[in-house]
Amino acid sequence: MSDVALVEFDNVSFSLSGTNIITELNLIVERAETLVLLGESGCGKTTTLKLVNRLFEPSAGEVRVEGKTTTDWDPIALRRRIGYVIQEGGLFPHFSIARNVGLVPALAGWEQQRIDERVRELLSLVGLDPDRFAERYPRELSGGQRQRVGVARALAADPPLLLLDEPFGALDPLTRASLQREFADLTTRLGKTAILVTHDVREALILARRIGLMHKGRLLLLETPEQFLASDHPQVRAYLETLELKGGDQ
Amino acid sequence: MSFWRFLQLNWSELLSLVQQHVVLVFIAILIAVVIGVPTGVLLTRYRSLRGPVLGIANVMQTIPSLALFGFLIPLPFIGGIGTRTALVALVLYSLLPIIRNTVTGILGVDPNVREAAVAMGMTSSQVLRQVELPLAMGVIVTGIRVATVIAVGVTTIAAAVGAGGLGVYIFRGLRQYDNNLLLAGALSAALLALAADFFLGLLQLQFSFEAKRSVARSATRKLVLAVGVLILVIGGFALWRGGASKTGGEAHVSVGSKDFTESALLAEIVAQMLEARGVSVERRFELGGNLPHEAMVAGTLDLYPEYTGTCYTAILHHTPISDSRAVYEQVKQEYAAKFNVAVSQPLGFENTFAMLVRGDDARRLSLKTISDAASQAPRWRAGFGQDFMSRADGYPGFSKAYGLKFAEVREMDLSLTYIALSSKQVDLVAGNSTEGRIATLDLFQLADDRHYFPPYEAVYLVRQDSLTRVPALQEVLAKLANGISTDEMRRLNYEIDGNKRDPKEVVKEWIAKRGL
Repeated sequence: MSDVALVEFDNVSFSLSGTNIITELNLIVERAETLVLLGESGCGKTTTLKLVNRLFEPSAGEVRVEGKTTTDWDPIALRRRIGYVIQEGGLFPHFSIARNVGLVPALAGWEQQRIDERVRELLSLVGLDPDRFAERYPRELSGGQRQRVGVARALAADPPLLLLDEPFGALDPLTRASLQREFADLTTRLGKTAILVTHDVREALILARRIGLMHKGRLLLLETPEQFLASDHPQVRAYLETLELKGGDQ
Repeated sequence: MSFWRFLQLNWSELLSLVQQHVVLVFIAILIAVVIGVPTGVLLTRYRSLRGPVLGIANVMQTIPSLALFGFLIPLPFIGGIGTRTALVALVLYSLLPIIRNTVTGILGVDPNVREAAVAMGMTSSQVLRQVELPLAMGVIVTGIRVATVIAVGVTTIAAAVGAGGLGVYIFRGLRQYDNNLLLAGALSAALLALAADFFLGLLQLQFSFEAKRSVARSATRKLVLAVGVLILVIGGFALWRGGASKTGGEAHVSVGSKDFTESALLAEIVAQMLEARGVSVERRFELGGNLPHEAMVAGTLDLYPEYTGTCYTAILHHTPISDSRAVYEQVKQEYAAKFNVAVSQPLGFENTFAMLVRGDDARRLSLKTISDAASQAPRWRAGFGQDFMSRADGYPGFSKAYGLKFAEVREMDLSLTYIALSSKQVDLVAGNSTEGRIATLDLFQLADDRHYFPPYEAVYLVRQDSLTRVPALQEVLAKLANGISTDEMRRLNYEIDGNKRDPKEVVKEWIAKRGL
């Protein structure tokens, strides 16, 4: 176990009702890095995230968070140390924005005044005016605003690790680009470790310190964006070609 | 009497029936929610239980309400007559929509939202209480809304087991052929159902998180909350009042009656005479079928009026005989031995089955006896009450004894047979000999020339232990011995069925006139 590793996958396999979804995955996520898992749908990238916060447990091998196997963690305590962001934010429609953001602190038993302060701080941090948004409900917000709230909620209890599952997938291209930039700034500024899942190679190149390319439940390669761009791996080339096509359009 | 006049005269009784009705529905739904929602939650956690439990609840709802009441009556603890039985049946009816909608509501929660809740570090009970239940609440309230509307309807049947409510007016209206009673009962029940549907509909709106909120919505939310609190307070108050009115009074007698005018009238006579002597009386009137008997044997009823012939054949299952003295003695002896129930002195009149034809038919065909009518029977349609069709001394034995074969036999509500006869829908009916409308509708009673029907002398049946416990009972029953003639009974019946007068007033006048 190294001092810098926040999350380690040690020869992890996972199968669900007889189907192998993850096969012999080895991966070390270092502190304060943003690691992007890239792959098409069904490649096992989301499952990999859920193995970290023990929504799933490995069929073989082990996943360690802060040096401790996830199955040894109390799942509730583990999850409260991990921020989780999903597409559209996964906000609770019956909670106000303030209550959504303040959820994990409230679960942890913070005093209401401290929660309120934290909520205002976080809404400002993700670029939403607390006075305008705190008492609204998710339905009254645009997709981009909801996504910001989702990030604010994940950061609320100041967890060392963030898991993000296609967080910007449902947004229009302009909003997506600005949110991606802001998110990159934010994680750098706060020194957070993040594992982000996407099928968008452009997003991976913008956000990642390292990119892990997944295919059919296996990690094909794990490289920095520069190495990734230079790679002659056929899967990588296929991704980069889509990028060039897009570039040609513009 | 116009409907408005009727309402003016009876509004206080109508209000108390509405109150009983609301209290029954309210408690039943409360219990059903307390049982149904946790059951529904459990079913979402244990998939294998879902089929069987929903299946049972489904079957419960398909049982006709009257049959369910009948099934519950002989059961210990939850059965018997009165409010408890009605509540059990109502709860059973209300469970299915509540359980089903709880399951549907919780399973319908967006899986992403549920997963987010788990991933935020909520325990499974926090997920349930803070996310699943609130989001399922709209669907659950819909279930409660459906259950409530059904319960308002089913509660009208609860009158048949003596639980009160608006069904009392409906049953009485059917029996007395009184549209005012029917209308007052049915209309009020319908309005109650609509009101419940409306307010629960408003409540349901509050749990729809898909629509955007506005200031107006939060205003309706406050209104609905206020109305909800009001209903809770009224319900609670009514409950408290209901509970309070049952206590107090040392000598306490529960007086029952069967579900026809004369029985209720005879019961009312005893009730008022007892009250005049400082005894507190609980009226359990208008109980269907053999309910009064079963209730008395079970100890929940102290007294009810009965006819010796009914005891002899329907309860003791003897073959009918025509000697009234022998029947009385036999009934008295067997009731004391078998049920510990005393039989009062005969009241002085018989209420036997009266074979009735239209007066002009009788005159035209010169019919005097049932035997005279036998030759006409193949051309006649007959109308008989359910009771007559099913009992040992009823239609099967009767038609055999006289060799009668009718063109058609219709089974119908007893109180409707008189009207059906006079309006030529049928040509012969089996009525009661003390029926007030025999004279007013110009009907003719054919003589029972073969003495087929056993004597039906009116008596009071009373539990032995009640007699010793409440001495006033003995005095009252002694005063009523041989106190009512057949003509007098017909007149009293007509005051109520024909002149639509309030039974309590009719009885009060009669007691005053007779100086009892």
